[in-house]
Amino acid sequence: MNYESKDTKTDLRGEVFKMWLNCWERISGNSYYIHHLYYQSIGSKRVRETWWRKVLITWLLFWTLVSLWIFWYMSSQATEKRREALGSMCDERARMLQDQFNVSMNHVQAMSILISTFHHGKNPSAIDQMTFTRYTERTAFERPLTSGVAYAVRVLRSEREEFEKQQGWTIKRMDTFEHNPVHKDEPSPIEEEYAPVIFAQDTVSHVISLDMLSGKEDRENVLRARASGKGVLTAPFRLLKTNRLGVILTFAVYKRELPSNATPNERIEATDGYLGGIFDIESLVEKLLQQLASKQTIFVNVYDITNLSQPISMYGSNVSDDGLWHVSTLNFGDPFRKHEMRCRFKQKAPWPLLAISTSIGILVIASLVGHIFQATVNRIAKVEEDYHGMMELKKKAEAADVAKSQFLATVSHEIRTPMNGVLGMLDMLMDTELDVTQQDYVRTAQASGKALVSLINEVLDQAKVESGKLELEAVSFNLRAILDDVLSLFSGKSQDKGVELAVYISDRVPETLIGDPGRFRQIITNLMGNSIKFTEKGHIFVTVYLVEEVVDSIEVETELSSSKNTLSGYPVADRCHSWKGFKTFNQDGSTSPFKSSSADLINLIVSVEDTGQGIPLEAQSRIFTPFMQVGPSISRTHGGTGIGLSISKYLVGRMKGEIGFVSIPNIGSTFTFTAVFGNGSSTSNEHNSQQMNNQPNSVSSEFQGMKALVVDPRPIRAKVSRYHIQRLGIQVEVVSDLLQCLSQIASGKVWEKDTSVSTLFVNNLRKLGCGFQSKLFLLANSISSSRANTSTDGVSIPSVIMKPLRSSMLAASLQRAMGVGNKGNIRNGELPSMSLRHLLLGRKILIVDDNNVNLKVAAAGLKRYGAAVVCVERGKKATELLTPPHQFDACFMDIQMPEMDGFEATKIIREMEHNFNNRIRRGEVSIEAYENVSNFHVPILAMTADVIQATYEECLRSGMDGYVSKPFEAEQLYREVSRFFPPIPDRSP
Amino acid sequence: MEVGQMQRRLLEYTKSLFMEGVLDNQFLQLQQLQDESNPDFVAEVVSLFFADSERLLNDLTRALDQPTIDFKMVDSHVHQLKGSSSSIGAERIKNACVAFRNFCEEQNIEGCMSCLQQVKQEYCLVKNKLETLFRMEQQIVAAGGSIPMMELSF
Repeated sequence: MNYESKDTKTDLRGEVFKMWLNCWERISGNSYYIHHLYYQSIGSKRVRETWWRKVLITWLLFWTLVSLWIFWYMSSQATEKRREALGSMCDERARMLQDQFNVSMNHVQAMSILISTFHHGKNPSAIDQMTFTRYTERTAFERPLTSGVAYAVRVLRSEREEFEKQQGWTIKRMDTFEHNPVHKDEPSPIEEEYAPVIFAQDTVSHVISLDMLSGKEDRENVLRARASGKGVLTAPFRLLKTNRLGVILTFAVYKRELPSNATPNERIEATDGYLGGIFDIESLVEKLLQQLASKQTIFVNVYDITNLSQPISMYGSNVSDDGLWHVSTLNFGDPFRKHEMRCRFKQKAPWPLLAISTSIGILVIASLVGHIFQATVNRIAKVEEDYHGMMELKKKAEAADVAKSQFLATVSHEIRTPMNGVLGMLDMLMDTELDVTQQDYVRTAQASGKALVSLINEVLDQAKVESGKLELEAVSFNLRAILDDVLSLFSGKSQDKGVELAVYISDRVPETLIGDPGRFRQIITNLMGNSIKFTEKGHIFVTVYLVEEVVDSIEVETELSSSKNTLSGYPVADRCHSWKGFKTFNQDGSTSPFKSSSADLINLIVSVEDTGQGIPLEAQSRIFTPFMQVGPSISRTHGGTGIGLSISKYLVGRMKGEIGFVSIPNIGSTFTFTAVFGNGSSTSNEHNSQQMNNQPNSVSSEFQGMKALVVDPRPIRAKVSRYHIQRLGIQVEVVSDLLQCLSQIASGKVWEKDTSVSTLFVNNLRKLGCGFQSKLFLLANSISSSRANTSTDGVSIPSVIMKPLRSSMLAASLQRAMGVGNKGNIRNGELPSMSLRHLLLGRKILIVDDNNVNLKVAAAGLKRYGAAVVCVERGKKATELLTPPHQFDACFMDIQMPEMDGFEATKIIREMEHNFNNRIRRGEVSIEAYENVSNFHVPILAMTADVIQATYEECLRSGMDGYVSKPFEAEQLYREVSRFFPPIPDRSP
Repeated sequence: MEVGQMQRRLLEYTKSLFMEGVLDNQFLQLQQLQDESNPDFVAEVVSLFFADSERLLNDLTRALDQPTIDFKMVDSHVHQLKGSSSSIGAERIKNACVAFRNFCEEQNIEGCMSCLQQVKQEYCLVKNKLETLFRMEQQIVAAGGSIPMMELSF
């Protein structure tokens, strides 16, 4: 555009402006259009395409026209310039010709005066032929255009004879046929007057004695010249002898001076003779033009146009006309004759290259712009198409995701069913008579099975997390027991690998917390599972502190973070770094958020530290992304779904905590998270000893008052050991080396345990300790080392306790070694059934199920625990029985029943209860009549075979209190029932 | 036949039922519910189940014979059958019922018919096996022995 506007700057300003305007409109139109594009539906796509096509074609047409116009304009400019150049050249030549002609004419006139003065004015004449010839010869340069001059004298008829006599020749007649080369020198016929040439220049000496009046042109010329008194020209004609084109200029010579206004008759009267100059136009013009530089570029034609219809060419060849020519008029001083000069260029006009290139350039630019537009539009269309494609794909992907979730849910559900069988069997196996080791095996098997179920749940969880449906429970639980459980789950693996596994929980962490034990356990399991996967040597160490502890005491941090002082002696990643990013720690200084809430809220900080291979730096950023593992090789080597950490992160978030990690490749990783729980033991500390979980405290009394000595050079490990032994109620002292140990023993205490140091120590000990009561335990890390110990030991085999330490395992080992009875141990499986018996004994329970068989089985199941059961088969019947006042303690209701289903029946019952309670409140019914029950709300539990979230939600919506799966499962039944029935008063602590 | 041998045979037989998947865990729980106060509990429940199932099967056969089939009713019958069979631990009937209900949902008549046949077959199988089981138990009781509890060791 610039190019074009430059070229046509001056003249095209208006045009260019319009063009810009046009352009701008176009561009702004485009941008609007592009903008608009995104809001248009697919339907208008075709319309848009054709619209664009039209715009494009218009654009190209417009610019084609513009470039054509420019081409035309520029070439016309060039032609104009050429024409001007031609004109000026032509005019220049015409002027020169005219000037020289005039010079010649003037000189001829001067000659005429010379002749009148010296020939006619003197007697005898001073001029003869000789003189004339010489004079004219020498003054020829003065008349550049004349090829010769001659003088003819006027002779009347009467004077002829005298004249002839005087001259010595007769007056001859000029040949009328000019083209006839033969001269007829015959004397002129008798005329009124004659004009014989008497003087002539050498070049034309042949005309002497010829009668000028006998020639056609000459006669006319002579007559006109003497009448006008001016120079007169003939029409061009072929000259005698030379036969070249020429004109003759004739001046009259008068006898006397004549006034300028003399009449023609007077002039004729006074005429003496005629001087004629012969102009050989052809050669003269050629000579003239040769003096000019640019003679080659143009053709020059000179015409006599006295007769307009028949111009007589005087000079120049008749080349075919090419259109461009210029005419300049010539004024040779003869008003009667008109002459003109026509000029043409020799070469044809050159191609107007500039115009061509300009217009082609514009066309190219315009089409390029058009192409760009076109490309843009196509691109936009393509992108849009792609976008729709992507949307389509996205929809498909989302659908696939939904399908995946459903598939996962279905599959996990299907796997859970047989797993429940396995777990149930293990449950029953626990009820049987087993020794301690067997019991531990079974418990581990059960825990592993549960872990599998929890893995399946994890997959379900991911689906729930993705749909945001995950709910956290709030029940009381024992943190230590959970960690023991998790530990036992991994103990097999850690023993195989020779990795030391340990748990330490700060004393300040309450025994019982309120929160979601399952989810907490899930987080711990995930983190530990990862750790154990990637750790080949060294240790995995789980620590639990209160956040306040970590924040308050630098001691805790420094003690644990010094690089050598770790559980197994391997260096670890400093876990302080893992919580660097935590918000709660960043706003420290005041640390008020924990302290103010610490009365009923417990802020835990849990670290899982390992000495594994660490996480590669490049993978650290995506470690919490679902299904993302460090690399494809990882999943091949270690398996796993890769969703554990992302779920953990989500769960930690739900527990109002944060998760972070630090990892140094080949040294290890430390994951730390915080979580907020309720304080479960805030009511009474005694409650601690009455755990629902029969884990450690059931045996604690057996070891009450015992003392133990822990010998371990590593303070952290000793601390962990002390923590576990203390949980059994044993007093613990820690020494760091054997000598100290010996001295302690010498002071005579019951003691136990050591590291897996060596048998040397044992031997030393044996030498020393004869009548000595204490038991020796070795804490071994793996089976192989314990075997080595036993084999080298020989005589007095000390008991070997396998790490990781767990209170149940520890207690069992101690029991076995010390002979404390196995019988006092409460068998695991009995607890729920016993407790159920406590809860259900004497309760009046209504069971509603339309299926006889189910009814009978459920009734038997409840009767087994001592409940008084009433069975009905219809929802309607149930509503009648449950119309307050009534004596039922609970109702188990099938959901799917004919006529009135469980939800409907429940709604009706709740309605009735509501009305009745209102009546009590208004005093219409006396409370006393109904055993002081002021608020009727019978617990209704749904019995359902398919336990899914949706069903559960619907149960709650319709006023039910919970659900039990059908057929009854002791633990679940207990859990649900215990929510409604307070323990029987005389049994509760 | 000696009592001990009979007891062993009973155990073997019961075990085979579990291995074949005719019965599942629930049946064991049912047996656990039987005690001194309720000595014939299992037999009672099972006979109840037989009566119930036969009625349901008849209903189902009739319902599927109709020119226009009321799938809702069929579904509720199958649901009942599924409930009672899962209550006594007749696993294979239960599984057949699950498939049956899926076809009901699709309103697939052919599928329903074939499922009905399958349920009937499974029912006959269970009935035969359980009757045999009870006969063996009665023989043991008649011979003065006690019915051994299923060991949970498979």
